[in-house]
Amino acid sequence: MAILSLLSSSRTRLSGLREPLRQAGLSALLTRGAPPHARAADHGSTEFSSPGGHRPPPLHWASVGSRTISSDVGMSLTQYGSTNHALTLHKRFYQTLRPQHPYCGPRASIATIEAHHSVNDPSEVQRRTFGSAAKSIQRNPAYSVLNSEDVSYFKSILGDNGVIQDKDRVAVANVDWMGKYKGASQLLLLPKSTNEVSKVLAYCDSRRLAVVPQGGNTGLVGGSVPVHDEVIVNLGGMDKIISFDNVNGILTCEAGCVLENLSTFVENEGFIMPLDLGAKGSCQIGGNISTNAGGLRFIRYGSLHGNVLGLEVVLANGTVLDMLTTLRKDNTGYDLKHLFVGSEGSLGIVTKVSILTPAKLPSTNVAFLSCNDYMSCQKLLLAARRGLGEIISAFEFMDRQCIDLAMAHLEGVHNPLPFSPYKFYVLIETTGSDESYDKAKLEAFLLRSMEDGLVADGVIAQDISQASNFWRIREGISEASVKVGAVYKYDLSIPVEKLYDIVEEMRSRLGDMAEVLGYGHLGDGNLHLNILSSKYSDNILAQIEPFVYEWTAGHRGSISAEHGLGQMKAEKIHYSKSPEAVQLMASIKKLVDPNSILNPYKVLPQSAL
Amino acid sequence: MKILVAVKRVVDYAVKVRVRPDRTAVDTASVKMSMNPFCEIAVEEALRLREAGASAEVIAATVGPAQAADTLRTALAMGADRAVHVLHDPDPARPLLPLAVAKVLRALALQENPGLVILGKQAIDDDCNQTGQMLAALLNWPQGTFASKVIIDKDKQKATVEREVDGGTETICLDLPAVITTDLRLNQPRYATLPNIMKAKSKVITKVTPADLNVDIRSDMEVVQVDEPPKRKAGVILSSVHELLDKLKNEARVL
Ligand SMILES: Cc1cc2nc3c(=O)[nH]c(=O)nc-3n(C[C@H](O)[C@H](O)[C@H](O)COP(=O)(O)OP(=O)(O)OC[C@H]3O[C@@H](n4cnc5c(N)ncnc54)[C@H](O)[C@@H]3O)c2cc1C
Repeated sequence: MAILSLLSSSRTRLSGLREPLRQAGLSALLTRGAPPHARAADHGSTEFSSPGGHRPPPLHWASVGSRTISSDVGMSLTQYGSTNHALTLHKRFYQTLRPQHPYCGPRASIATIEAHHSVNDPSEVQRRTFGSAAKSIQRNPAYSVLNSEDVSYFKSILGDNGVIQDKDRVAVANVDWMGKYKGASQLLLLPKSTNEVSKVLAYCDSRRLAVVPQGGNTGLVGGSVPVHDEVIVNLGGMDKIISFDNVNGILTCEAGCVLENLSTFVENEGFIMPLDLGAKGSCQIGGNISTNAGGLRFIRYGSLHGNVLGLEVVLANGTVLDMLTTLRKDNTGYDLKHLFVGSEGSLGIVTKVSILTPAKLPSTNVAFLSCNDYMSCQKLLLAARRGLGEIISAFEFMDRQCIDLAMAHLEGVHNPLPFSPYKFYVLIETTGSDESYDKAKLEAFLLRSMEDGLVADGVIAQDISQASNFWRIREGISEASVKVGAVYKYDLSIPVEKLYDIVEEMRSRLGDMAEVLGYGHLGDGNLHLNILSSKYSDNILAQIEPFVYEWTAGHRGSISAEHGLGQMKAEKIHYSKSPEAVQLMASIKKLVDPNSILNPYKVLPQSAL
Repeated sequence: MKILVAVKRVVDYAVKVRVRPDRTAVDTASVKMSMNPFCEIAVEEALRLREAGASAEVIAATVGPAQAADTLRTALAMGADRAVHVLHDPDPARPLLPLAVAKVLRALALQENPGLVILGKQAIDDDCNQTGQMLAALLNWPQGTFASKVIIDKDKQKATVEREVDGGTETICLDLPAVITTDLRLNQPRYATLPNIMKAKSKVITKVTPADLNVDIRSDMEVVQVDEPPKRKAGVILSSVHELLDKLKNEARVL
């Protein structure tokens, strides 16, 4: 007998599939009553690429990211008339990452409603209903106030669809991811090309209208939302991949591409993005570059200062600065692109990017471990650097409180080590070129570490879904934190041996007032200190600040390891930078943005400008 | 009582499968391979039954190439007591069919005399959903397929199996020995812990060939060609209900 075989339809082709989704996806396979043709068609719907090119899905689609699968599953449900209750249970899994693109799709959160509220009342400027998150900053009267002629001009450049005045959509763009910072902008602009960005900025500069560049609006320091009535320029409409050099792994794309879409795209070509972070489904590469985001692969692939090869940037007066080279080496004069990496939209709007992508290696292993004390975590890190040196790709740590929070607030996540509570948990990932060699090496290393008492218990993922579940816990901590209510987030670089001391000190300072969590990229000496309470309160803030900054400065740490300064820490820069350095930064700012229209009140202290 | 669990090595569920350029098979070169998810559920169920005192020993078995030993090691690291590896080098043009696997498992069952054989209801690579049923027929044992709950009564030598059927749950009672195939909601498989991975290193994997078991696994099916399913066309976002109605009328012609 001869058959013509179609691919098995029981697998759903979405990378980054997480455990519960896997379950939901699989449950759609109840073979009963599912006619083969229906199933084939159904699964075809998860395909990304069109036959011709490799463009990632368009924005509206892309913003749903891996969630698309849920609708897919939903479809199977009705299609098969299944009695399958587990489906609904797992369906919403990916919808938990809060805002996607601010101007598309509903964002169900308190923040939206509150923001809406505020916009309905135009007299209200910068009312901090969200608590004492930041001291109120005076609006600089030198800036003009938006008028109807401005709006008409923008419409002539961007068309009606690129100029958003709809209160709901503007309200969403006014509020940050945590619901902590809220601006009072009346206008959201969606340029589609460098030329449009240039015209918009040239006009704003001539009129002295202040501007906030905005990417995926996932920034954690209030940098991506207006402080007062700044015009919001969101890059989401610039989401095209321009080229990919699949010999050297060099990706050139527009700044508004969502990181996860770029990941999917380059992975299909056999490469990976040099950075990965929990916000990947929403954040844009331009936002990543503007914040010099670190993230989960930093330990292996280093900083964006190393991986960004070229940029195209529009300056405040509309000048397009073409630095979009794709060369590995280029020592001709000052390397200006570095000024824009990490300058948080205060020096220019990044419009195009070329970035080096490392080859995708076939073997990834992930272990989730527990340690009895912080000293063991440190020793384990040192041992891992020695014992797993060439294959280690992540070393993340979380304390007990983080795990409890994740289990309480993330749907469909299971504690891999449920039987007894430990003080600390570590996630180690290795990436290499030989599956059996890498796995044997990791196993041997972990068994040794267990014998040496560094590791109390642990599990090694046996398949990709298990690995994703471990990652989901680590990546979901920010998201789970936000669900509690108010989050005070501090992102500190501290020498590893001192890194956990601040968490313990903070706990004793705050007592019952708030819950204190410590986690982060231990391999990079980067602590995320999250302090959670049901509401923002001045009392709590007074216990935290300036103590946390003074403590960090006292240990020669940095008050912003990877999130940037934004509006949260603009006035705090002196804890980490000398007066001379701040002065030079201010001179640069005045040189490239003399009217100071770009992202005002942020990054640098007002007194320096 | 012993429990025999069949496990299969397949392309990992989360991997996007690709067809080889010559269209003879799915590309498995340097692709992540893992245990079939339904087999994981089968191993988990066997371990739970052992932990509940219904069984004394869990034996994992697979038919496959040398690398399939990794899958057996996963089963051992989850907690199976020992494993049998029936070596078979696949020929993509002549795939191993459910009937051949069922014959191998029958031979193993006759050797080991388990009270229960547990299999996944289907493998996610070929989606056959036949092996368990064929095995039950060859052994002339009762079968409980698509199990979502299993209870063993050791004294009465009976298994009660709940299976999901259209519109509700069907509960059946089987005399042991019996064959059970697992459905998705039977359990949530455990992780391989370090202590168990360590223990697994000293567990025995017995290697045999189909010839040793006197089983002829020759396939009488030939794969002519493997194709990807047709791609679905991208959707479009419409700006108004009016436009939608227009498209339904004039393009889709369903109104
Ligand atoms: C769940 C979660 C996990 C995170 N994990 C990490 C992590 O591991 N590591 C890390 O470093 N950060 C992390 N972050 C914060 C991180 O800074 C952002 O997620 C990301 O880099 C910002 O990208 P975005 O597109 O959302 O930018 P936005 O938030 O929109 O903007 C951030 C800043 O960049 C500016 N900006 C944005 N786009 C442009 C542009 N095209 N040109 C000029 N300026 C621009 C904005 O004005 C703002 O100042 C996380 C955030 C979340 C919500």
